[in-house]
Amino acid sequence: MTDITKEALSPPRSFLSQDAIQLFYRLLAVFLICAVLAVLNDSFLSLGNILNVLRQASLTFFIASGLTLVVLTAGLDLSVGANVALSACIAGTVIHTTGSPVLGILTGLACGGIVGLLNGIMVTALRIPSFIATYGMLWVLNGLTYWYMAGETLHGFPAGFRQIGSGYLFGLPIPVYLLLVFLGIGTLFAQRTIWGQEIYAIGANPVAARLSGIPVTRRLLLVYAVSGTMAGLASIIFLSRLNSAEADIGESLTLPAIAAVLIGGTSLFGGVGTVFGTFVGALILTLVLNGMNLLSVSANWQPLVTGIIVILAVWLDMKTRRRAQ
Amino acid sequence: MNTPDETTATPLLELRGISKTFPGVKALDDVSFALYAGEVHMLLGENGAGKSSLMKVLCGAYSADAGEFFYKGEKVTIASTADAQKLGIAVIFQEFSLVPYLDIAQNIFLGREPKGRIPGTIDRRKILADAKRLLDTIGFDIDPSVVVNTLGVAQQQMVEIAKAISQNARILVMDEPTAALSDRETELLFALIARLKADGVSIVYISHRMAEVFALGDRITVLRDGRRIDGVRPADVTPDQLVRMMVGRTVDMTYPRNFADKPGEVLLHVKGLTSPSGISDINIEVRRGEIVGLCGLVGSGRTEVARAIFGADPVAAGEIMFDGKPISGEPDIAARRGIALIPESRKSEGLALLRSVGDNLVVSALRKLFPSGLFDPRSGQRTADGLIRQLRIATPSARQTVGLLSGGNQQKVVIGKWLAAGAKLFIFDEPTRGIDVGAKSEIFALIDRLVAEGAAALMISSEQVEICHVCDRAYVMREGRVAGHLTRNELTEENIVRLGMHHA
Repeated sequence: MTDITKEALSPPRSFLSQDAIQLFYRLLAVFLICAVLAVLNDSFLSLGNILNVLRQASLTFFIASGLTLVVLTAGLDLSVGANVALSACIAGTVIHTTGSPVLGILTGLACGGIVGLLNGIMVTALRIPSFIATYGMLWVLNGLTYWYMAGETLHGFPAGFRQIGSGYLFGLPIPVYLLLVFLGIGTLFAQRTIWGQEIYAIGANPVAARLSGIPVTRRLLLVYAVSGTMAGLASIIFLSRLNSAEADIGESLTLPAIAAVLIGGTSLFGGVGTVFGTFVGALILTLVLNGMNLLSVSANWQPLVTGIIVILAVWLDMKTRRRAQ
Repeated sequence: MNTPDETTATPLLELRGISKTFPGVKALDDVSFALYAGEVHMLLGENGAGKSSLMKVLCGAYSADAGEFFYKGEKVTIASTADAQKLGIAVIFQEFSLVPYLDIAQNIFLGREPKGRIPGTIDRRKILADAKRLLDTIGFDIDPSVVVNTLGVAQQQMVEIAKAISQNARILVMDEPTAALSDRETELLFALIARLKADGVSIVYISHRMAEVFALGDRITVLRDGRRIDGVRPADVTPDQLVRMMVGRTVDMTYPRNFADKPGEVLLHVKGLTSPSGISDINIEVRRGEIVGLCGLVGSGRTEVARAIFGADPVAAGEIMFDGKPISGEPDIAARRGIALIPESRKSEGLALLRSVGDNLVVSALRKLFPSGLFDPRSGQRTADGLIRQLRIATPSARQTVGLLSGGNQQKVVIGKWLAAGAKLFIFDEPTRGIDVGAKSEIFALIDRLVAEGAAALMISSEQVEICHVCDRAYVMREGRVAGHLTRNELTEENIVRLGMHHA
């Protein structure tokens, strides 16, 4: 036999994996932001404020977690915000007419999921690039929601239903429990199921994934349906927290969710990223906005700061990855 | 025939002692080549003989490592495509370089448009008139304002030729120009070539069709292994003599193969397979314990057959029986039934280059290794480690990024993922492309062991020597069809080339 095994081996990678290094940097960033804010403002470390940050982060995270899976396949879902609005309005109507919060919740989730599935069908069966398919869907959903609501506002929901968004359990807001639950489910799904592994493989090289026997179409349908369903879940929490629904509630949600995914280290080129990273991304985004509020910085500066953080995070990721190769 | 006499005339273009080396391959080795004014010079050779490299040196796309160029007896340099263009050399590639959404006239004069009266505008009337005149001279009757993407292949080729002529090309290089043409279109092209010849244009013509070589050629140059084997006139040779010049590539080693006394049951039976990808009425049978070759020229439909069997390309007609039962659908179905495809382009189709060796090794076996659907990284790692040892993949660990491995080791990873999946039929598409000699022999030993253990292999290769050494038998393809079948005793390079070339 020949000595191919003896050929020069490339040097082994550093002790920590690339993902671990990136996560470490992000947690360090969270710690630094917290430290700076704690020094600058006494009320930052108060329990009330910390719980508030977590609750805010949870809303972004629900939308962003489903979106993470889409981005892992090198796709994008621009319709999540509009999906939240439509799902919230439909779920709110169902609760009003039937008086059953359970039925309303199920309708909201189903509405979100169906929209997601339609996105998936456009991307797979019709082969429309996800960016365009979901951008079109954004307008369609907006149109449907405005037509359906006709300028009306739904408000006043049963007290029990309102607990989901604004209630507490053992001193912690209920959305924070939901956050932990879905962080766990999302992480397990991505890291510890064969579907999750296949999603990473599809994002890394869709052609090779198909020729490796992965049912690419079915996995993509799943991913877009999950993204839509998570938007449906977010719609329920919004509805419950705001105790009202209007056609325009989704308009400020999509871009922050994408920001959380990117700040969290998921690559728009697919195959790289984690759901936990997205949680940290949502946390960083919320902390910075919270800090600016506490320090009485005008809210007008917030978009600018968000933009700079996104660009910095992605640039640093690309730099470390390039160095690793 | 008014063929120039090469003993008295000075060649229009002469190449002397051209060499070109790529890492690991000597593409051209001391090749000399003379082209006279007004002649059609056929360039002949197997896949990888050096025709394309010579063509690229000629048009300045590659710069030669050694050698000299002479134009009408004077020494010149061709170091860039601009140099070649100045000498009047133009190439008509198989894949055309026209802009699909511009019209014929715009394509012909792209970048050289006549200026209009207002600065920054184009004189539309002049460009159309000039184009029309040009098209008339080559005998192509068409409105120059027709948009190119509505044209057929033959018409696009005509536009390419018109464009070359408009740039005062005196030397046209044509790479298998009739490959996609109908008989009628071929006749028109031949008529145009005759007209160009009469105008003193020289043509370098690459072809795999014997009939063309004899019908059109004034002289023939045969290449093999990057060397010029011979230069002859069609009148002085027979097709069989040409085939013998093309084959006989040198090999440094033999490959291990333990032929079974008698093959096992039929594992794959393809009946009348037709696919819109360009193959029709394919009938193939592969038995357990066999390595069956699938040969033919590049573009003869070998890869398309593999893809159709695997479900990667649609099937328009015919039936594929695998393990006694019909099979159809996407690759995931074929993979689950036990068919493996090891594609030609490992990097773009076989591997996720940025993922780890371990991730790539288990990706096709996830369902088999984790029937509950729950993925256990540690168990996946163990499987990967086992394969790394078994296949002797040279990697520091399963965590290594697969893109950092050598070609041979990457190929082992692609094969390994199908071993993990428990595949029964392995379809190899050019399994040794870009792999060093040592790794080649390891890969063949591995294939030999696989079939000895009851699997079957269908092997596509342009390396006819390899096919002859390792295959039990082989099918030879030509222009989307199976042109013939060769048993172990009939399996010679000469027979493969003869069946693979167009004789009609």
